[in-house]
Amino acid sequence: MLKEAKKAIWKNYQKEIANDNYFYVRSCVRQNFFPGAEATFLKILKEELNKDIFEEPSHTTCTGIGYHGDLVPFDTTMTVIARQFALMTECGYENIVPSCVTSFGLYSEVLETWEHYPEQLEKTREYLKKATGREFNIPKNLAHASDIIYKFRDEIAAKAKYKLINAITGEPLKVVEHIGCHYSKMFPHKGVGGAEYPYVLVGMVESWGGEVIDYPERRHCCGFGFRQYLVQANRGFSISSSKKKFDSMEPYKPDMIITNCPGCPMFLDKWQYAIAELEGKTYGSDGMGIPVFTFEEVAGLVLGYDPWDIGLQVHQVAVEPLLDKMGIEYDPSKKYLGINGKNLGKPEMPNVLKTCC
Amino acid sequence: MSKPNWGYKVQTDNQIDFDKNSRGLMLQILNIEPTFGNCIACGSCAGTCSAGNFTNFSLQRLNVQISRGETAKVASEIEKCMLCGKCTLVCPRGINTRNVIMAIKRVVQN
Amino acid sequence: MSKQITIIGSGIAGMEAAAKFSEMGYSVILIEKENKMGGHVSKWHNVFPDYKPAKEIISKLKSTLTKNIKVFYETEIENVVALDGKYYLQLSNSQNIESEVVLITTGFELFNASKKEEYGFGIYENVITSANLEEKFNSGRPIKTSRDATPKRVAFIHCVGSRDEKAGNKYCSKVCCANAVKLAIETKQLLPDAEIYSFYMDLRMFDRYFEDLYFEAQSKYGIRFIRGRLSEACENPDGTIILKAEDTLSGKPLKMTVDMAVLMVGFTSSVKTIDLAAKFGISVDNDKFIKPLDNHLNLNITNQPGIFVAGACTGPKSIAETLADARSAAIQVINYLQSN
Repeated sequence: MLKEAKKAIWKNYQKEIANDNYFYVRSCVRQNFFPGAEATFLKILKEELNKDIFEEPSHTTCTGIGYHGDLVPFDTTMTVIARQFALMTECGYENIVPSCVTSFGLYSEVLETWEHYPEQLEKTREYLKKATGREFNIPKNLAHASDIIYKFRDEIAAKAKYKLINAITGEPLKVVEHIGCHYSKMFPHKGVGGAEYPYVLVGMVESWGGEVIDYPERRHCCGFGFRQYLVQANRGFSISSSKKKFDSMEPYKPDMIITNCPGCPMFLDKWQYAIAELEGKTYGSDGMGIPVFTFEEVAGLVLGYDPWDIGLQVHQVAVEPLLDKMGIEYDPSKKYLGINGKNLGKPEMPNVLKTCC
Repeated sequence: MSKPNWGYKVQTDNQIDFDKNSRGLMLQILNIEPTFGNCIACGSCAGTCSAGNFTNFSLQRLNVQISRGETAKVASEIEKCMLCGKCTLVCPRGINTRNVIMAIKRVVQN
Repeated sequence: MSKQITIIGSGIAGMEAAAKFSEMGYSVILIEKENKMGGHVSKWHNVFPDYKPAKEIISKLKSTLTKNIKVFYETEIENVVALDGKYYLQLSNSQNIESEVVLITTGFELFNASKKEEYGFGIYENVITSANLEEKFNSGRPIKTSRDATPKRVAFIHCVGSRDEKAGNKYCSKVCCANAVKLAIETKQLLPDAEIYSFYMDLRMFDRYFEDLYFEAQSKYGIRFIRGRLSEACENPDGTIILKAEDTLSGKPLKMTVDMAVLMVGFTSSVKTIDLAAKFGISVDNDKFIKPLDNHLNLNITNQPGIFVAGACTGPKSIAETLADARSAAIQVINYLQSN
């Protein structure tokens, strides 16, 4: 593999990422399934990077799940997104940062639609005014949360307490990077690095000492797709997509998977359990699976935050082997203790997938 | 312990895995009737086929499947041929399709 | 006759035209940007349909060039001024020449395959172009993969950079299908135990003997043709390439591991040709090739009197067509000079 040609491609896909004053909009899936991740992102931006990042309490979903699940029509989606922009305008911000990759893709799609079809923009302004009385400006900059971390990856590296290196052998960790489909497949120029060889996560991994793996099914969707898994019978489609990826990355013996979409880590993490139960097949060493992280979680780990504060206890695939590999200090006994030491209760143990208690 | 039933299953890949499929059948047929390799899948044979009017038998599709190693249905499909000879009349590549069909029957029945 | 003809580009079109002018007693200035004549053809190995060595064509053309022909190597046109029916050309070697007629035979560029990001050219070492393969054949060395192994399976990928809106070229490059079949046969001759595949959309075997080449490829050499445009190429840990295409003839997606994938890169109009056309004020069409005045009756005249064109700068052409076009341009130029 020749890296130089990849670097030439990455140069063609650079984008404007705002420097400060961010209006943050949360992700439906990420805040429900990985609550620590968004908290970690906000902590990094506020405390480590001293940035102004603000979230308005009455902001809502972007309706991405509904729109992609054929439940919400496009007009409604445009109006709800316009309301998000209205809140951003009212709070005096111009740079919007969605936490979710589907939101990012949808905001990009809506902004493109408004640019090419101005009558749609006018219609949306009218709808929003009638429904809520609000008015909005088009954001000056739209960047995904992973773009922000990518932009400040070297600052984070400078403050890092740990690196993505195997503390025992000194070798860089082998990292599979998985980009959410809506990040750059729809609009390659809106993603850092384009659609074929996206750079946003590669840049983070390289800056933090790890080694990225290019495996054949790298581009394949994890199978989330909304309309697939909303209906139980269709989930075979989703789980098979993830399994295809796992089978493809297995020979490369990855230590971890890093993602930027909120749905992908949920799937790549939980499907390893389901595949183990249904097919008896596990990945990673010792049948413990390959731990899956979001980029905020990895940034938090690298900065030395407590793994349980980041929220890694909700992961299906055990993260402890990786924490040990990286030489991170943590207290296993505090895994299921909440604030003030309250016992949160332990989950049931899976039958096939091995895990730490 | 029994496998759970969650209402969905891991699906098998529809993709033709060229590396895993065996082209043994193709090589055997080529040995018997070398002109089999000259097929360009133009479909002239299938378009005129008598059996093709009433079944979904298609010699064109069968030839392609054999050369890709997708041989699961060959034995049952080849039985549908009526041996009327129309395909041999029209083949622009001069393939002896009658012999190809006889070769397929011979090989799959052994 | 003292009239002087300037030809820009000394590929096969320029060389043939120069020879014809010189036969008729004209003096010729040949301006060439490289340090030798022959253009792209000088890099090929054997040409279709009869495997004639490209070197033979070049040396035959060279042998017809006489002393009336003056060649400026490593020289380009800096500036053009048209005045009173004459063209004043300022060359990059600081010389100025004056010419009543100019024949543009600047040819083409091969499509830059790294633009097809999903094919991994330049990233995966065992993905090469047809030009790379011709070079390997010319070197006389045995064909090996990047890990120095003898390939057991080679795939030829048609239509790379042609018939492709994403690549910016909607047109068909015409000759790559015949070339691919010829290269497949030659590869099989060098690697008799290898399996050779061709991934195509359509097979454009348009000229005499091309269909015979196709038949021979199948019947004599066992080359297998899969109708499906390559969707993506990926790399295995051992450097072999995984190809994914739709097998349209059976209606299913197909995955295949090969030791080497050869991309049939098409014609594109060269950046310098487009620049030159702007300097001369001649039209370029949407496909970026020079636009002659008529598509049937006269492919050598442009919208500027005295400026003629021949060869691949007006669109993809085979060698035979290019040489015929060059001779046709020669007649047009001579007629023009004699009537003025």
